Amino acid sequence: MSKNTKMISLYFEHDADVGIIGRGSTIEQAFESAAEAVFSIMTNLETVQPDISVAFEFEEEDLELALVTWLNLLLGKARELGMVFCRFHIHRQGNLWNAEALGEKWHADLERGVEVKGATLTMLSVKQIGAIWEARCVVDV
Amino acid sequence: MDLQQLHQIQSYLWTLPLKPGESRKEVLLYGSAPLLESMDDKVLEQITNVASLPGLVGAAMTMPDAHWGYGFPIGGVAAFDVEQGGIISAGGVGFDISCGIRCLRSNLNLQDVKPHLSTLAERLFKVIPAGVGEEGLLKLDTKQLDQVLLGGARWAVQQGYGSEADLEFIEERGCMAGAVPANVSELAKKRQRGEMGTLGSGNHYLEVQVVDRILDPAAAQAFGLQEGQIIISIHCGSRGLGHQIGTEYLVSMAKTAERCGIHLPDRELACAPIQSPEGQQYIGAMNAGINCALANRQILTHLTRETFMEVFPNSELETLFDVSHNTCKIEKHKVDGKSRVLHVHRKGATRAFGPGHDTLPERYRAVGQPVVIGGSMGTGSYILAGNSDNPAFASASHGAGRALSRHQALARWQGKQLVSELAQQGILIRSRSMRGVAEEAPGAYKDVDLVAEATEQAKLARRVAFLKPLACVKG
Repeated sequence: MSKNTKMISLYFEHDADVGIIGRGSTIEQAFESAAEAVFSIMTNLETVQPDISVAFEFEEEDLELALVTWLNLLLGKARELGMVFCRFHIHRQGNLWNAEALGEKWHADLERGVEVKGATLTMLSVKQIGAIWEARCVVDV
Repeated sequence: MDLQQLHQIQSYLWTLPLKPGESRKEVLLYGSAPLLESMDDKVLEQITNVASLPGLVGAAMTMPDAHWGYGFPIGGVAAFDVEQGGIISAGGVGFDISCGIRCLRSNLNLQDVKPHLSTLAERLFKVIPAGVGEEGLLKLDTKQLDQVLLGGARWAVQQGYGSEADLEFIEERGCMAGAVPANVSELAKKRQRGEMGTLGSGNHYLEVQVVDRILDPAAAQAFGLQEGQIIISIHCGSRGLGHQIGTEYLVSMAKTAERCGIHLPDRELACAPIQSPEGQQYIGAMNAGINCALANRQILTHLTRETFMEVFPNSELETLFDVSHNTCKIEKHKVDGKSRVLHVHRKGATRAFGPGHDTLPERYRAVGQPVVIGGSMGTGSYILAGNSDNPAFASASHGAGRALSRHQALARWQGKQLVSELAQQGILIRSRSMRGVAEEAPGAYKDVDLVAEATEQAKLARRVAFLKPLACVKG
């Protein structure tokens, strides 16, 4: 795997909700992959156009809480703007995280999956396994 | 769950014995052996973690419909005392603050509705905003939202959504005291701008039901229920605003707990001492979230009435009751013969006050609070009544409870096929999400009959009526 290869998003079992996994060769890529896993629960991301860009930043020193904050800010921004996101970029500088999400407004042609309410701290972990970073948690649906 | 590790106290009550050196309060699990056996081991792990939190009074408990949640199990009940350093936990309330069920009783019967059921289902599907990405017609600015957060269902009635008569039959008379809109973030309010009067997604629904069986004639009479009568149940909560409050305070409480030296076996149990500034701030925000949910269900009630009036011009829909199952409420309970003021967390558990409780409307005071156990869209739901000798801080089951995960359900069922099969049984499903329908397949839930029976046998509440689904708008 090349240094900048982002891996596919995955899921793990949870009774009432959904466990999501993001993996990549960097923390940032793992976070981006986790975001794809979350928004794929809501629609088919391949059909979403990355027409509108939304940028934001946040501060968090704890890597695990940063994952939860990242996912919840994405969900909050998406709902605030009536959008669904399909592409994600995040960059870490110390405790500061600069983020961008691209997507479009919900419309009738987009497949409707299930709404994700928020990312939880349950089974939350951000860790390096060999050369791969893995970010996971349960999201409430 | 392996029952070998439990000790059976009564037929429908179990406990987990303390291990040597273990320091926690008692764990009590209500339910039959088959129900507990079907529960994931995580339920026991989670409720045991709750039993180690500071200031817990009595025991940490699970209801018969319990299943694996986040932090607290769904179907978890725990009461904390301020004077004993008790805590408030955002994870113990849940993200969908004040998610609950509004039940409406109609003056229609099955014969009235059956010939027009398809038309009714289509109209409800068109009028009730449901599912991911759907917004309501009502758009509120921040100032108006602050009024919602202070006024709850009372605000909605003042805007013309429903009548004063509705308020009598809503918990807290439709308006939760102690709400502090300033404790709710701007992002939370922005998320809610277009979401008042929306159903949401997941297990939320609006269902047209028929009273199939009366099981307690006296209570049924007090509740105004009779066989063949049409009932409408609306299951939803505080939408994006509540979710945002939950997510924000969860992270801040994780840090507060660490700072206060509270040991968290699971970070999701993030909590703060009730008397701490962080605890008080969350309580103000949570109460605002409760009012948001009460207003949301009031608006949906209004939309439902308007739709029924289109199809059945002489229809009347009265609020039977509105009960929340994701809350923390300050209540008085007798513990060891003494009256104590407690913060009772109910996460996926319904308040179930017994006969004579002074907060109940006069009409129900002799029989107890109406309790709803919402079943799956293919099986049915129960209306029960609270018992005066409820042993679980006046709490009861809130639903059938999941038996299979969403992932397992998706692997087993297809949405379109389920809709077709249920239509053949006379149950009309309307949803924009076939994935959502598959995840909510009737077979993915526990047997609601077993849950209701266990709820009654455990003295949590008694069965009054069984409702069968006719049409369901799914989120």
